[in-house]
Amino acid sequence: MILDGKTPTGPIEKTWDKHRFDMKLVNPSNKRKFKVLVVGTGLAGGAAAASLGELGYNVEAFCYQDSSRRAHSIAAQGGINAAKNYPNDGDSIYRLFYDTIKGGDFRAREADVWRLAQVSNNIIDQCVAQGVPFARDYAGYLDNRSFGGAQVSRTFYARGQTGQQLLLGAYSALSRQVKAGTVKMYERTEMVDLVVVDGVAKGITCRNMITGEIKSYWGDAVCLATGGYVNVFYLSTNAMGCSVTAAWKAAQKGAYFANPCYTQIHPTCIPQTGDHQSKLTLMSESLRNDGRCWAPKNKEDCDKAPGDIPEEDRDYYLERKYPSFGNLAPRDIASRAAKEQCDDERGVGPGKRGVYLDYATAIERVGEHTIKERYGNLFEMYEKITDENAYKRPMRIYPAPHYSMGGLWVDYNLMSNIPGLFVLGEANFSVHGANRLGASALMQGLADGYFVIPYTIAGYLATVTPGTVTDEHPAFKESKEQVQAQTDKLLNIKGKKTVSEFHRELGKVMWEDVGMARSESSLKNALQRIPEIRDEFWKNVNVTGSGAELNQQLENAGRVSDFLEFAEVFTIDALHREESCGGHFRTEHQTDDGEAMRDDENFAYVAAWEFKGAGKAPELHKEPLKFDNVKLAVRSYK
Amino acid sequence: MDLTLHVWRQSGPKDKGQLETYPAKGISPDMSFLEMLDEVNEQLIKTGKTPIVFDHDCREGICGTCSQTINGKAHGGQDRTTVCQLHMRSFKDGDEIFIEPWRARAFPVIKDLIVDRTALDTIMQAGGYVSCHTGGIPDGNAHPIGKPVADYAMDAAECIGCGACVAGCPNSSAMLYTSAKVAQLAVLPQGKHEAKARVKNMTDALQAEGFGNCTNHLECEASCPKGISVKFIAKLNREYMKAVVS
Ligand SMILES: Cc1cc2nc3c(=O)[nH]c(=O)nc-3n(C[C@H](O)[C@H](O)[C@H](O)COP(=O)(O)OP(=O)(O)OC[C@H]3O[C@@H](n4cnc5c(N)ncnc54)[C@H](O)[C@@H]3O)c2cc1C
Ligand code: FES
Repeated sequence: MILDGKTPTGPIEKTWDKHRFDMKLVNPSNKRKFKVLVVGTGLAGGAAAASLGELGYNVEAFCYQDSSRRAHSIAAQGGINAAKNYPNDGDSIYRLFYDTIKGGDFRAREADVWRLAQVSNNIIDQCVAQGVPFARDYAGYLDNRSFGGAQVSRTFYARGQTGQQLLLGAYSALSRQVKAGTVKMYERTEMVDLVVVDGVAKGITCRNMITGEIKSYWGDAVCLATGGYVNVFYLSTNAMGCSVTAAWKAAQKGAYFANPCYTQIHPTCIPQTGDHQSKLTLMSESLRNDGRCWAPKNKEDCDKAPGDIPEEDRDYYLERKYPSFGNLAPRDIASRAAKEQCDDERGVGPGKRGVYLDYATAIERVGEHTIKERYGNLFEMYEKITDENAYKRPMRIYPAPHYSMGGLWVDYNLMSNIPGLFVLGEANFSVHGANRLGASALMQGLADGYFVIPYTIAGYLATVTPGTVTDEHPAFKESKEQVQAQTDKLLNIKGKKTVSEFHRELGKVMWEDVGMARSESSLKNALQRIPEIRDEFWKNVNVTGSGAELNQQLENAGRVSDFLEFAEVFTIDALHREESCGGHFRTEHQTDDGEAMRDDENFAYVAAWEFKGAGKAPELHKEPLKFDNVKLAVRSYK
Repeated sequence: MDLTLHVWRQSGPKDKGQLETYPAKGISPDMSFLEMLDEVNEQLIKTGKTPIVFDHDCREGICGTCSQTINGKAHGGQDRTTVCQLHMRSFKDGDEIFIEPWRARAFPVIKDLIVDRTALDTIMQAGGYVSCHTGGIPDGNAHPIGKPVADYAMDAAECIGCGACVAGCPNSSAMLYTSAKVAQLAVLPQGKHEAKARVKNMTDALQAEGFGNCTNHLECEASCPKGISVKFIAKLNREYMKAVVS
């Protein structure tokens, strides 16, 4: 099937304004009759729940943490983009739009990206009004820095904790609505099923993570803002609880999953120290503004202390390969380059999976004091984890899975192919194409939550009668029974391997075969291994305890079982996409000097997969991408 | 290294709970404290025992989910470090480690090391916000905010809401937590208009939720993994006086 993204037509700079005018509205006195469920209270969900509650809808919001303030948005360090052009350095909505399309390697929808760039400025205003303490200059104006390969300074930040401050802003708006009674908050409540009635999303089924009770909630619309899925790699920069579960339950009920193979590997993470490792810690990308990446030129030098390797025996590989961008080359390029050094057996540190990020030159140039002022907290964090002082000895870094550009397919209104099911933030696939630029995810989450969904959901709700289906409907009972059956099944296997062992095994396959560089043979190998692991999981997993209690093993088992199904569709997508673009690098499709080769003639489309059951071939639906406002070009950072 | 753990086990809110002893063998100094517990849990599962439950999520010291009292100290007592960022290299072979949940009347134990911190959210809901609408907001640069003020607000805003200040305080007071938000918003032009109502409502909520009073032990600042300063409590007191006196 050819999918329709329902993008408005006409001059791009008018599309969003015109669309807002064309959409139906819900009469203010009717709003409270509509119940909207918002799953997830990160930047996207928190902003959405607060804004919809304030508009007068009857909102119920859910998160798996013990407080809505703890969503993984909290961990974002670097900053948030907006086209304010405060520094007067040539930024504009058009430039932010263009950079995002180009950064995404021409695999995103133009109109969605335009809208994002357009509302980016409102986001900054909104957050300032909430009391978000962005960095300021001495005159009291908002400060900007350049970030992640952008040639203008458009990134707003709050020390190294931008995500935290933005999330606390959204959390404060949400708290205000909870107090006002427009939003009912359900913490420690995990969505484990989507309820669909006659093809329309009408509710969710959740597990109360304290009592284990399985309960359904009905709504006239369901918004999923449940974050990304890179924990499919086991080790990633995501929080331990991040999972594909909510999105995957929707996929099991017919929602299409778009571009799952587009995942971002972040170049500057602290390398793994051993098998005990449970997660990887990101070091902000801003570190590359002053740090220089290098690896020893000779294998024999890898075990030497870095200070004992003379200048001429160091390979500053990014500066060598990309003279004009150097250490600021985009994430996918920097990550692959680090991997190349290590594959060439010139890596450093435990397991030889690491390269150096060196501040000696910068310290010489601007002094240790300035470096401390810029990155003090990051150096401190590095020292806590590695016990090494990065002022004296170069940091060791290695790429790690970080962000998922793919996600549930949505149209311009953020509605999936299931009417009534909206998807926001990292959970959808919409604006980042095949690669996301730094500081653009926070922007997208808040754009979706504050400024897009409040309009587009009205366009949908105005076409339905509120409360026609409630949890009395048999579909809810059926959903609960299904969840209960799944829980019982997991608990009754009583096998020999722990849930973590399976997750680690899956992660290893995904990282090695479907990670930074993918080939037909590695992908085929993964397609053989994943079902094997999944089959063994269902025969041999040991989930301790019972369903009717706080049971972290059971929570985790549910998430891993979903990853085991999802991973296969992910790999199929990677295999089918016979090109290299953004975060998706197929070794067969590269130039002689190792650069990615896109195939616009055959692959300028969104691949949306319809799940048909575990082990069955999913069906591919395509949404062709048209570019009327930018010229398709080879993404070069040389 | 090999360690001996004494871990608080409590099957539910009604259970009395007790410490139980487990060996932790072959622990690498590079492990984080939570990775050490993961390892112990894998062993417990393999030997047919019930794994220990504990709260955690980001494992990088920012979400504020992890919450354990280690050897009597919130987060283990290392300067500006959450338990998820505490590494085993700060212990040595043969150590005995006591692991308990946050202890406070306002934080009832749910199970093992997991407590209920809903009261912290309730305090925020009482007034920890600026009542601005979504949209219809002037430009972000419309009201310049001097760097010292912005920095002061940011110092306060760094609170991760973990509750270590409560766990560390002999009175189980949540004054540091509350004051950080009151102070952040009181100094910003956006927050000034509601400052009086905010400080009153939030302190009322603090008392209603069963937190104790502040008697200047300063254990909160010492326990805080973000180093939030007690100067914000002084600020809260001043704001409170302004609100009730004038
Ligand atoms: C370490 C790190 C640093 C980053 N730095 C930056 C940066 O500097 N700039 C930038 O722009 N982006 C950055 N990003 C990316 C950005 O932070 C995220 O993409 C973004 O915050 C995602 O927001 P979200 O609201 O979509 O999801 P999240 O914040 O992940 O929220 C997901 C929500 O869904 C809930 N949830 C999930 N599953 C379920 C379920 N089954 N049932 C109930 N609830 C559920 C969770 O409880 C949570 O509330 C960073 C990411 C990481 C990991
Ligand atoms: S787990 Fe997030 S702060 Fe420790």
